[in-house]
Amino acid sequence: MHPTDTIVSDAQAAFDAVATVADLEQAKSRFLGKSGALTELLKGLGKLSAEERPKAGAAINEAKVRVEELLAARRDAILAAELDQRLAAESVDVTLPGRRQAGGGLHPISRAQERIEKLFASMGFAAADGPEIENDFYNFTALRMFPDHPSRSMQDTFYVADSDKVLRTHTSPVQIRHMQSHQPPIRIICPGRVYRVDHDATHSPMFHQIEGLWVDEGVSLADLKGTLTQFFRAFFERDDINVRFRPSYFPFVEPGVEIDMEWERKDGEVKYLEIGGAGVVHPDVLRNGNIDPERYSGFAFGMGLDRLAMLKYGVNDLRLFFDSDLKFLRQFR
Amino acid sequence: MKVSVKWLRELAGADLPVERLAHVLTMGGLEVEEVAPAAAAFERIVVGHVLGVAPHPNADKLRVAEVDAGTGERLQIVCGAPNVAQGQKVPCALVGAKMPGFEIRQAKLRGVESNGMLCSARELGMSDDHSGLLVLPDDAPVGQDIREYLDLDDTVLTLKLTPNRGDCLSMFGIARDLAALTGGAATLPEAAPVAVTIADRREVRISAPAACGHYFGRVIRGLDPKAATPAWMTRRLERAGLRPRSPLVDITNYVMLERGQPLHAFDNAKLAGTIDVRMAKPGEELKLLTEQWAEYIPNLLLITDGSGPVALGGVMGGFESMVTDSTTEVFFEAAWFAPEAIQGRAKALQLTSDAAYRFERGVDFAGTRAALERATELTLAICGGQAGPVSEAHGTLPARNPARVRPARVRALLGYDVADDFMAQAFARLRCQVQGESGAFLVTPPSWRFDLAIEEDFVEEVARVHGYEHVPAVSPRSSLPMLAAQEGARSRFDLKRAAAALGYQEVINYSFVSSLWEADFAGNAVAVRLANPIASTMDVMRSTLLGGLVSAVKSNLNRGEERARLFEVGRCFLGEGPEPHEQPERLAGITYGTRLPEQWADKTPAADFYDAKGDLEAIAGPVKPEFRRASHPAFHPGRCARVWVGEREVGVVGELHPRLQQKYELPLAPVIFELDCDVLLAGRAPKFEGVSRMPVVRRDLAVVVAEEVSAGAILEAIRGAVPACVREVEVFDQYRGKGVENGRKSLAFRIVMQDTARTLTDAEVEEIMQSIRHLLVEKYKALPRT
Repeated sequence: MHPTDTIVSDAQAAFDAVATVADLEQAKSRFLGKSGALTELLKGLGKLSAEERPKAGAAINEAKVRVEELLAARRDAILAAELDQRLAAESVDVTLPGRRQAGGGLHPISRAQERIEKLFASMGFAAADGPEIENDFYNFTALRMFPDHPSRSMQDTFYVADSDKVLRTHTSPVQIRHMQSHQPPIRIICPGRVYRVDHDATHSPMFHQIEGLWVDEGVSLADLKGTLTQFFRAFFERDDINVRFRPSYFPFVEPGVEIDMEWERKDGEVKYLEIGGAGVVHPDVLRNGNIDPERYSGFAFGMGLDRLAMLKYGVNDLRLFFDSDLKFLRQFR
Repeated sequence: MKVSVKWLRELAGADLPVERLAHVLTMGGLEVEEVAPAAAAFERIVVGHVLGVAPHPNADKLRVAEVDAGTGERLQIVCGAPNVAQGQKVPCALVGAKMPGFEIRQAKLRGVESNGMLCSARELGMSDDHSGLLVLPDDAPVGQDIREYLDLDDTVLTLKLTPNRGDCLSMFGIARDLAALTGGAATLPEAAPVAVTIADRREVRISAPAACGHYFGRVIRGLDPKAATPAWMTRRLERAGLRPRSPLVDITNYVMLERGQPLHAFDNAKLAGTIDVRMAKPGEELKLLTEQWAEYIPNLLLITDGSGPVALGGVMGGFESMVTDSTTEVFFEAAWFAPEAIQGRAKALQLTSDAAYRFERGVDFAGTRAALERATELTLAICGGQAGPVSEAHGTLPARNPARVRPARVRALLGYDVADDFMAQAFARLRCQVQGESGAFLVTPPSWRFDLAIEEDFVEEVARVHGYEHVPAVSPRSSLPMLAAQEGARSRFDLKRAAAALGYQEVINYSFVSSLWEADFAGNAVAVRLANPIASTMDVMRSTLLGGLVSAVKSNLNRGEERARLFEVGRCFLGEGPEPHEQPERLAGITYGTRLPEQWADKTPAADFYDAKGDLEAIAGPVKPEFRRASHPAFHPGRCARVWVGEREVGVVGELHPRLQQKYELPLAPVIFELDCDVLLAGRAPKFEGVSRMPVVRRDLAVVVAEEVSAGAILEAIRGAVPACVREVEVFDQYRGKGVENGRKSLAFRIVMQDTARTLTDAEVEEIMQSIRHLLVEKYKALPRT
């Protein structure tokens, strides 16, 4: 065997025998270092004749290239193995929990309110808001609930001590305030807290209402029924809900109706659920809002927001809404 | 109002099945809340005669009765009722009788044979009375089926009437409306004038003509004090929910139920002189038949005689002049009082009165005299006696003016087609007077309707008679201006979602709180108080959301939670301020426990001031608040800041005061923030300011200052002094300890510079840094950190 071939095969064996880049460098010096085998051969070229020299030199160079290739290949292999090893060591248990803040969430009544506001916004209703401590005019008189009239006792009222103010018993005052500062067409939805002296399993002294008002030329009871039907179908995501009106009395509307909503169908029988009050805005109320009742007409409706949320999410006890219990509230995230 | 279906059918002349009847009434606006049988479904219960009662040999509380139930044999029946007595007529369930849920069998009770059961009213499903046997009148025929004898095959409807329908507060009123709805004809028992057989009369006078439209009175003498109310009348009163008392009182109640006209029966022997209807004078008072005293209130109507007040007009009679068991002469009052003269009076005097309930809502003024005749007729039949002539006085009766009803307007408001003919028919059915005018009806409401005055009222009547089920559901058409939307403005829901994203759960607490909370959490001694709170722990309106949040954390800890992040958005109510009852809407959040939920890799520390502050800043979003050290009754004095936006204080952030932490039994101190919503909602519209391509230079500067110098003050000073090329000045480290002497701290600032047009030279950068160092030395005696 030619000495250069021996060197190449020795180098291969030596490189294969090492496992780290540092050892590989050591091994390299045995062949390519200052006194390495190939360097020694090169030094010996001078002793050869001029004919022999080119051939021997070429053989040595060829061997050197070969050894360097072996060296690079081995280095790559070692680095790749080292990386593999490191990556293997660095692997984590991906099933352990991530690091984060626990999620918060909106109250179910807020969720329902946001949804209702969006649904009505798609029909051009803007949300309006007003004070919760109201004066007598906006809460009662402007709505034709006159002092001492039995209609006032329909709603048991909280009174503010040493003043003529009340906690609003409905969000209707917002409608009056809005009419006073806007001219038709008016389309608003008024959600908010309201208060009545009532406290038992199905009544809370504080609850939420959502009222709507549409005043324009030619607005009718049929428009009201159409609007509410669309709303219930959209809100409950069922296309089989119909609305039934029953005559009723709210001093601020005439005609006034109870809103019954189809809710259950059992054995072919439809069960209605009383869900709110509504009607055609009384001409005096329009006048109190500086609107001409001969030119314009309107409808107004009011519903319990808490009730809608209870029906939507299947909550069976109103009191849960006001109990701040995380075990309940988390279910709505 | 409770309505016997049998009685209603008799008056309405209609024979609708109960279910249909309830539906028609409900859909006509007279809502039927409850439909209940007058008695339970039982069979084989008859009138029994208790022939004898003997003690039970083996039980103290039981007795052995001998009963004749018309079966031809004497029945031995063991009975536990305390009131069983010889000679009584009682309901007797025979062996084989089907009771609700069980059947009567022959049995031995404590060793004694029993062949039936004697029953209480509750066992018959007639009422809740279970105090003893239902004792029947002595003339009850032995052996007669009790259903037949007590007329129990009846149904009672409970109506929920709206306050505008005073005309339906009587059996006939309901029958009349039912007839209008169904097209039938209701008839009222005739009340023809009775024969006047004595000359006795009591003069009457009306001194308050606006309050009393007319007043009819009549004396009846020679009454039999032993007379008893007949069973049929008792039954009708009971089915209407009234307790029978004495014949004269029962008659007035019966006539009121039948026709809606309240009456009053005075003991004529206890009246003196002329009856005068007048307003009360200050200082006047009256002992009422309930033995309560009515004190003077303004605009109170009185019925007086020569001696003074004898009744509150339209509300309640007086104690001294009321009829008793020994009354032998009566003075009946049938009067019409104006609703405005009665409204609110009973409530102000804390009285419950069926009469006032009706007068407040409006009583048919055309039926007053007939009601008196009806009462006279019944009295003569039940109590005997002779009737005197009717004395009368007249004040002002309400007017019934025609309303102009345009059929086109009716159709426009209803939104569907109703024929003119139908409208005319509807008005006629309601017994309105109708005249045609070109393009309109002139409709005059009847004397019993107090809710029909304007065109819209008649629109409702047309729809009601026609049936609301005919109103179509129409998808509305309208002009559709786009809703205004301000760029940058945030909605309440945006704020709530921002808080939720930071791990906060929304809660809704009551707006009324305990005044103790107001003192603890707001130092508020002038809270908005409620005149009629639902509980003493909810007596004031909150001026801060803090109390509710602390309490909510506590209740969740009690339920086993270890950490809680809660927020609420709601109005607060300020007693003092530029406007009375200012009601700012606020957002408040509370963090209790670890900063992050327990996690396997990290120990997470308890949330502190800077967590709450950071969350507040995150929720504030584009609004950049400033924080100024401040004191607040709810917070740790060294860990509390007031929050400012511009020149306005908008909130507070801090750690709960240790005193309150202890008082509210919280193991750790929660950190809390509260902000006015309006500044957060306003937001900020973004504005482009150009992007510089020039290199950015960062220099850090560490200085040592006295403990009391705040980082915020230094930041503000630097920002106010440097040229525009300084883009950012922030604190990146605070250090106390080795290398920094006691009472001082080291603060490190990051100063980032970039010019918009050119590269800053080293000299320029150094000059700026030098000026900052100078500033800090001069203003804060800052030493360079070495």
